[in-house]
Amino acid sequence: MFHWLTNILHEISNWFYGLSHITQFSILSFIKIAVLIVVVLTMVAYAVLVERKVSAFIQDRVGPNRAAIPWIAAIPVLGPFLVRLGIFQPLADGVKFLLKEDFTPNHVRKVYFWLAPMIAMVPALLTFAVIPFGSNLNGERMVLADLNVGILYTFGIVSLGVYGIVLAGYASNSKYPFLGGIRSSAQMISYEIAMGMSVIPVFLLVGNLNLSQVIGYQSGSLLDWLVFKQPLSFLIFIIAAFAETNRLPFDLPESETELVAGYHTEYSSMKFALFFLGEYANMIAASAMMVTLFLGGWTLPFGGLDHQATSIWMGLAHIGIFIGKIIFLMLIFIWVRWMLPRFRYDQLMDLGWRRFIPLSLVNILITAVVLWARAK
Amino acid sequence: MSDYLFYIFAALTVICGALVIINKNPINSAMFLVLSIASMAGLFVLLHAFFLAAVQVLVYAGAVMVLFLFVIMLLDLKEEQRRKINTFGAVTGVASVAAIGYVFYQSIRNTPLPNAVAHSEGDTVVLGKLLFTDYVLPFEILSILLLVAMVGVILLSKKDLK
Repeated sequence: MFHWLTNILHEISNWFYGLSHITQFSILSFIKIAVLIVVVLTMVAYAVLVERKVSAFIQDRVGPNRAAIPWIAAIPVLGPFLVRLGIFQPLADGVKFLLKEDFTPNHVRKVYFWLAPMIAMVPALLTFAVIPFGSNLNGERMVLADLNVGILYTFGIVSLGVYGIVLAGYASNSKYPFLGGIRSSAQMISYEIAMGMSVIPVFLLVGNLNLSQVIGYQSGSLLDWLVFKQPLSFLIFIIAAFAETNRLPFDLPESETELVAGYHTEYSSMKFALFFLGEYANMIAASAMMVTLFLGGWTLPFGGLDHQATSIWMGLAHIGIFIGKIIFLMLIFIWVRWMLPRFRYDQLMDLGWRRFIPLSLVNILITAVVLWARAK
Repeated sequence: MSDYLFYIFAALTVICGALVIINKNPINSAMFLVLSIASMAGLFVLLHAFFLAAVQVLVYAGAVMVLFLFVIMLLDLKEEQRRKINTFGAVTGVASVAAIGYVFYQSIRNTPLPNAVAHSEGDTVVLGKLLFTDYVLPFEILSILLLVAMVGVILLSKKDLK
């Protein structure tokens, strides 16, 4: 019955294996990049929905439950259920962002005003280039670029993310965005140091900067996960990640009560949406990094899921595990936002410079001494 | 392919470097310096020095230049924008660049260059071993220099520290 389909697939695979190696590599990479971006952007859209639903749950409200697509909502039982879940809300929001008037105030510095939202969004997507999001599918490795300096690349790209916010503050050319931009550059620099130093013990243990090797080190048993071997590192890293993504309790750059909306006060329509989505994309990127560094990446320590996949189903299961772990961390991100009050600015700086940096230095020292003693 | 990329990155580095000094708005200068640094990282990648490239972006583009921007944004920009070009500075600047360029040109021309770059793949392990064996003295001296600079900065910024 599906004879013609098998024939077409056969033709395609014949054509594909007839190509040169470089063309094959380019086509596969292009497909991986496209799928990755689509998946990440979908996750971003639905993270916004989950955020609204979770906040509603915490504050004893209902949350978005009205947006509906007529034909689907008319399906008995399932339709009203999906509407009540708010499944169609991200679609409605997306259309709204695209159709709203894109207003550019007269007093802004135009070039930077246009550049800033793009610079805010792009680094978040670039970080995914080195993160292994699965073992392999039919022999094709599920990582875009397996760099031997993987983690340094990620930190380099993450550190560029601050330009989006700083330039938005500068380009808006008014008081509140400017204060937001200044705050965020100070905050991000402070926490980047703590973040960078908190992962050094991880690499002392693993002995390699390559992220696939980090995952290889963690496969085996649950106790091999670096979150159990380096709990202090994980704690510092996750708190620094909150600060790097401007989430409560560290959302000083955009604190509504004092700065209206901080660096994106003057933005509207799709440019505002890029900042908004960039924040969620950054959260997903930070979660993906934490999963890779501390939570075993795409492995699970039971059911034979801790080694390279031998079948397509197992490869898909690995990708599913990776996404599942990211969703778990995203829920923590969202949950914390609606539980904790905002820090004062001096408390934030104090925590970064006088608690976390010394703590991570001590952690490096202890790990190094233990490793040295064990090697002797 | 790699040759074309070299010329693109090299041209970007030089053009952006020139724009850093030509621009009158300090923020523009700083942003062009970031671009120049990023293209230099591209040159390192072409030499297979991935570690250097990553550190270049991480330290210079990601940390140092953000601090620059931070400081520039706190300054009074209006005064800087109106600044006239200083003839003395321009003449001495061009003269010293020309002199350094001449020295570079002569030394490169008179040194026989090896045909191909040794492909070390920029291995971090090799680099670390070299830093802690052959080059340990310069490495330590540099760290002490940085430490002294840091202590100096703290002393300067805390005026009532007596």
